[in-house]
Amino acid sequence: MTETSLQDSGTQEKVASRREQRAEPLYVGRIRVYPRKVHGTLRRFKSAMLVILLAIYYAAPWLRWDRGPGAPDQALLIDLPGRRAYFFWVEIWPQEVYYLTGILVLAALGLFLATSLFGRVWCGFTCPQTVWTDLFMWVERTIEGDRNARMRLDKSPLSLDKVAKKTAKHGAWLVIALLTGGAWAMYFTDAPTLVRQFFTGGATLTVYFFVGLFTFTTYLLAGWAREQVCTYMCPWPRIQGAMLDEDSLNVTYRAWRGEPRGKHKAGTSWEGHGDCVDCFSCVAVCPTGIDIRDGAQLECIGCGLCIDACNEVMEKVGRPRGLIDFDSARNMALRSAGKPPAAWRPFRLRTIVYVALLFLVAAGVFAALGTRSTLDINVLPERTPLFVLLKDGSIQNAYTIKILNKQRQAREFTLAVKEHPGARIEIVGAEPEGVLAAKPDHVATYRVLVSLPRAEVGEDSEAMTFVLTDNASSDTARHQTVFRGPDR
Amino acid sequence: MTKREIDSISGQETTGHEWDGIKELNHPLPSWWLYTFYASIVVAVIYWVLMPAIPWVTGHSNGILGYSQRASLDHVMEAATAAQAQYIARIDQAPSLAAIQADADLFNFAQAGGRAVFNENCAACHGLGGSGRPGGFPTLADDDWIWGGTLDDIAQTVRHGIRNADPDSRQSVMPNFGTDSILTAPQIADVSEFVLSLSNRSTDAAAAGRGKTVFADNCAACHGDNGQGKPELGAPNLADAIWLYGDGSKLAIMAQVTKPKMGVMPAWGGRLSEAQQRMVTVYVHSLGGGQ
Repeated sequence: MTETSLQDSGTQEKVASRREQRAEPLYVGRIRVYPRKVHGTLRRFKSAMLVILLAIYYAAPWLRWDRGPGAPDQALLIDLPGRRAYFFWVEIWPQEVYYLTGILVLAALGLFLATSLFGRVWCGFTCPQTVWTDLFMWVERTIEGDRNARMRLDKSPLSLDKVAKKTAKHGAWLVIALLTGGAWAMYFTDAPTLVRQFFTGGATLTVYFFVGLFTFTTYLLAGWAREQVCTYMCPWPRIQGAMLDEDSLNVTYRAWRGEPRGKHKAGTSWEGHGDCVDCFSCVAVCPTGIDIRDGAQLECIGCGLCIDACNEVMEKVGRPRGLIDFDSARNMALRSAGKPPAAWRPFRLRTIVYVALLFLVAAGVFAALGTRSTLDINVLPERTPLFVLLKDGSIQNAYTIKILNKQRQAREFTLAVKEHPGARIEIVGAEPEGVLAAKPDHVATYRVLVSLPRAEVGEDSEAMTFVLTDNASSDTARHQTVFRGPDR
Repeated sequence: MTKREIDSISGQETTGHEWDGIKELNHPLPSWWLYTFYASIVVAVIYWVLMPAIPWVTGHSNGILGYSQRASLDHVMEAATAAQAQYIARIDQAPSLAAIQADADLFNFAQAGGRAVFNENCAACHGLGGSGRPGGFPTLADDDWIWGGTLDDIAQTVRHGIRNADPDSRQSVMPNFGTDSILTAPQIADVSEFVLSLSNRSTDAAAAGRGKTVFADNCAACHGDNGQGKPELGAPNLADAIWLYGDGSKLAIMAQVTKPKMGVMPAWGGRLSEAQQRMVTVYVHSLGGGQ
């Protein structure tokens, strides 16, 4: 192992030949990124997003919503043991999970639209990985100092000061991670109860496990892994190429203006010089440690901090701002050719299609939510035996009927068969006879026997629609199934 | 230091491997990937120590935790039995079978438990769901009961069975009207024609008329004057659409009169627990024709 260890690649040049051959490492070591502090419009925007998004994340589970007695009063709650999800006035049962699919489709379309318009703004400003990494970097900078101080600190030998700073940093990270993991658990159980139980040791092992898990992953991903999550783990950088076109705004280095780059002495002529003074500010502030002047690349998360950094430098050297800016590939080509830039085109076939799909899916989801029934019926026909012959020669089929009462009050129902008003219906165990009762927020199960005169049963099966009617509100639910009889 | 070979087009380092002039670019994995791999090896070793993992010639290592799937299953089964215990107790203590039926919770439990008992013990003859089998195994999902279809009738039949050694079992015998020469062949034909007429299927009114007298003299004592049957004697209803032996044709009826077949059923009283008998009774009663 020592011979192929990862640190000694190419640094010791005069070693034995066997070692020479092995010196090339099979794996790349991580090159640490030390982003420098930066001021500017985009940095302020990124900070504002960080505050807003974290506030939403931490505050949302504390919102209350009165649903009446016996029901949870948390506005946002996914009650896994109780098999219910609550979103303000909406209450969802497991079989309605397609609403969630609708919301995920909307989120995906929104992501496509934002990407085709403004490039990777999701990655740069709103992705949880970005938000928490940014927060952790702020903590790091506050405790250990800015880029150069941190680099010095990491290279310095072990000292009391180093230990103190590192301990403080990791301690602060772990506290934030614990709060993050704790808040995550609050979405799945009553928040005030959870907090009380968590600190009095009364919470379930599951809660401690998941809080621990999310504390660990937050600490690992935002503290240690950072840009490697975007570069190695996340599929989105690979997919985004399909959303971008020549009119998408991307963080772009205007090479036509910047090149040939080089150091420039104050007061001398800019003749023969590009605007780029090769100060590496854009590289120093980049949270993923890339050089934007190399062009569009997988690792770029589109946060635009290099824009802020470059603008600062341009102002200092007295050149116009915007050497690095959000710009489209089309404009880049035009400007390189010395032509005036074209106006940005937000309305393109691609974006129009995304917007249309967004509205279509949103309309579908809201229509489904708006017309959501609080009553549903499932019917399972008995298959052994498919049918039985009765004494009077009529045919009887048995069904298991499940009534989903999604209201918070007990209800009573009557069952009828649409196609055969004369069918004899017996509900096994119904009390009083013929009345199907369902407890509040429960599924009631009944065995139902239906018999038809032999003459009414066609070929070997009949369509049969059960109609369940609420005795109080005359709310109905239907389910189509079959009635089976012998071959003719 | 080995010589680095740089690809002229991409400017990236190659691995030095070449196939038909195509060279492989070197994109090494990040080293944390490697450490994750080592970590998995460590986890695997810990797993070997804690859990049963290594096969010996005659068995395997047990691991420090002593886990086994068998024990785990036993544990789950014990927990399930414990969870069921309160229902079983309530079923045992219920004052009557009707009381079990009236309690929605108990009724649901008894139906599920009864189904399990039925599938293990009864379905071999009576078919899944009480669908019956041709050749004398009656359908339990219909409304025709040979020995009665009330809860108490079914409970009695389950506990003591039919025509077996249990002193309380259901007993009755139909004479061999043909083979013991009680009736002549024409009389058997006539009485069969009369039985057909009970379900309005007779095609020979004269024969049915003659058979009516034979029926009144020989059959009505058990099967009733109009062939409606007597459950207390296990004498089936002859006027309905359901036939236990054969398809209800004249030939099938004649065969049954000549040398009757009679079903037997074991007594389940000694084999099933009290609660099991009660549950299976409630289940059978709910199948489709409980009275």
